[in-house]
Amino acid sequence: MKQEYIITVFSEDHIGLLSRITIVFTRRKINIDSLTVSESAIAGVFKFTIVIRETPDRVEKVVGQLEKIVDVMKVFANTNEEMIYQEIALYKVSTEFLFESDKVEKIVRNSGARILELTREYVVIEKTGHSDETQQLFDELNVFGVTQFIRSGRVAITRSNLERLSVFLKERDAMLEQID
Amino acid sequence: MATQRISGSEAVIKSLLEEGVDTIFGYPGGAIMPIYDALYDYDQQVTHYLTRHEQGAIHAAEGYAKVTGKVGVCFATSGPGATNLITGLADALIDSIPLVCITGQVASALLGTDAFQESDVVGISMPVTKWNYQVTHAEEIPEAIAKAFHIALTGRPGPVLIDIAKDAQFAQIDFEYKKCTKIRSYLPEYPVDPFQVKAAADIINEAKKPIVLFGHGVVLAHAEAELKEFIEKTGIPAAWTLLGLSALPSDHPLNVGMLGMHGNYGPNIKTNEADVVIAIGMRFDDRVTGKVAAYARQAKIIHFEIDPAEINKIIHADAPVLGNAKKSLLMLIDNVNPNSHQEWLSEFRACDKIEYEKVISHDIYPKKVGLTMGEVVRIASEKTNHDAVLVTDVGQQQMIASRYFKFSQSRSNVTSGGLGTMGYGLPAAMGAKIGRPDRIVFAMVGDGGFQMTIQELGTISQYNIDIKIIVLNNNFLGMVRQWQQLFFEKRYSFTEMKNPDFVGIAKAYGLASQKVTSRDQLEVAIQEMIDHKGPYVLEVVVEQEDNVFPMIPTGASISDIILEP
Repeated sequence: MKQEYIITVFSEDHIGLLSRITIVFTRRKINIDSLTVSESAIAGVFKFTIVIRETPDRVEKVVGQLEKIVDVMKVFANTNEEMIYQEIALYKVSTEFLFESDKVEKIVRNSGARILELTREYVVIEKTGHSDETQQLFDELNVFGVTQFIRSGRVAITRSNLERLSVFLKERDAMLEQID
Repeated sequence: MATQRISGSEAVIKSLLEEGVDTIFGYPGGAIMPIYDALYDYDQQVTHYLTRHEQGAIHAAEGYAKVTGKVGVCFATSGPGATNLITGLADALIDSIPLVCITGQVASALLGTDAFQESDVVGISMPVTKWNYQVTHAEEIPEAIAKAFHIALTGRPGPVLIDIAKDAQFAQIDFEYKKCTKIRSYLPEYPVDPFQVKAAADIINEAKKPIVLFGHGVVLAHAEAELKEFIEKTGIPAAWTLLGLSALPSDHPLNVGMLGMHGNYGPNIKTNEADVVIAIGMRFDDRVTGKVAAYARQAKIIHFEIDPAEINKIIHADAPVLGNAKKSLLMLIDNVNPNSHQEWLSEFRACDKIEYEKVISHDIYPKKVGLTMGEVVRIASEKTNHDAVLVTDVGQQQMIASRYFKFSQSRSNVTSGGLGTMGYGLPAAMGAKIGRPDRIVFAMVGDGGFQMTIQELGTISQYNIDIKIIVLNNNFLGMVRQWQQLFFEKRYSFTEMKNPDFVGIAKAYGLASQKVTSRDQLEVAIQEMIDHKGPYVLEVVVEQEDNVFPMIPTGASISDIILEP
């Protein structure tokens, strides 16, 4: 059964690595639903957060192939339940709806969204949450007409205290010492 | 080591010397000219072979790497020079061949401008290299090359490409070389886990009908002696994959032959009767497994493997042993009990008898008028005391030669396994001979594959590379024709070839050559070729519609291997 997985790739900060990572998915015809790249808590170590829908077996194999990449240190695959995650969405609607009635204001207030910018022509609303939540707000606002919409890639963090990689790096160092 | 002020180009050559390189295959062009200019001063330390095409250079580097165990090195220029390497890179990646390829690139200011002979080589080669890197500053050269050699040769070996911008080749740097021994993001191999070895040994000690399937990993890990010791101690029959060929002497009493689509009858059907399958340095390629759902379901699977991604990729391993085959086999030998499996082994010998009567005898001692590939291979092997290096192309001659050629020492078989690259044989044989000038090297090629890289006869002639080229000519793309006969109702769609006069071509290149069309000429001709000092092209006209058997049809179980049409 296919389900949503969050794949976290820890790597060196090298040009071209994004390409090397994504071709592992492309070659197996796996669509990337979202992708976020940022530096981790460990200086110089980068983190790719990739969301895909796949079967557990295919996910295991993709992880194996990703870990073969020389500049990749470690790859984790988690289900949504195992992580805390957020996405951010921005919506643009025409300012006139804000003045016509209090409906838009109520929607914004009830959804925990906030207004980032207000001009004579448009208002920009920001909402963080899971994609079903940001989608729900989109559907509600779109009754009036959303003129622009963008949703970010997912950012996700584990429930453990430390960056998972710090433990891994220590073990890896020990192994590198062990082989001649 | 004191630093010296030198150009980036000279730094490339000096870095290669630091890595012990004395042989380079390549082809110059605009963007790599500074490196070639630097090379000009080092002709005492390095021999460069100018091939006739970059594909020839990279296959030669593969052949060289295979017989020597060293890293094969090749040079090419930017754009078309570099893109001509792609087939070889893909071949080397899938067969785990250590290569370092250095390509010239347009000046860094021109990157991305569609400059003359600019192509995105790093992008194009990404899926077919173990690692690649673009150098735009001369200072990066020593470190990039040091990393390239470390990555190419360690762990599961593979091809690496370094793309060097022309301005970086010209710039001056303070040269200092430090070998790379450790990269924090890269673990070449897992240290062998004694618990995994113990778990495997426990299964082996209980086994009644065990079989060893060994592949390229044994050769790459230099574990031939350990493999032999392990099977001799336990008395377990051992079968080789196409790339495992020659890792054990052909006549070893426990060698039960070749696995796979055109392998031997015994090891194929017995894999589905064994209670324990011990896979060592092999990756359960689809040509070996046939229908996966019907492969060794009854057996416990033990998988000795260096690449974690191969464990459970195709076949679930009940007992995986991660790590280098030499180290894990050494540990395994101490943990297994001495044993013998005579009765089980005799079942393989019974299969051999059936296969000999139905297939082999007709192939290697034919009674029909037309010549067979099998008899040519048998005679070539016999006349060299089964101790030559066999380089094959891809197709029928590859399968026939792999079946009937016999080996006495490891690293004697050079072939394109995973990628099945036609045109591989001739240039790979050049590299093999250059790597092992002391050995007789046969290039066994078909009329199709020969013509894909036939221009390398120029290289062979120029450097007098003493290889014995046997062209098995059936005027067909034989393997495709065989499939058309068996599975496409003999609709021979574009497989017949009108061939040139191969002897005439060889002579035009200044090479000794002869054509054989009948059995009474064959032995003498092969002997003449072997005795001839220097390269030789022997064309043997063989039966047009001969087929390779046994055969596991695509999608069939290995148990359903067929011995005759």
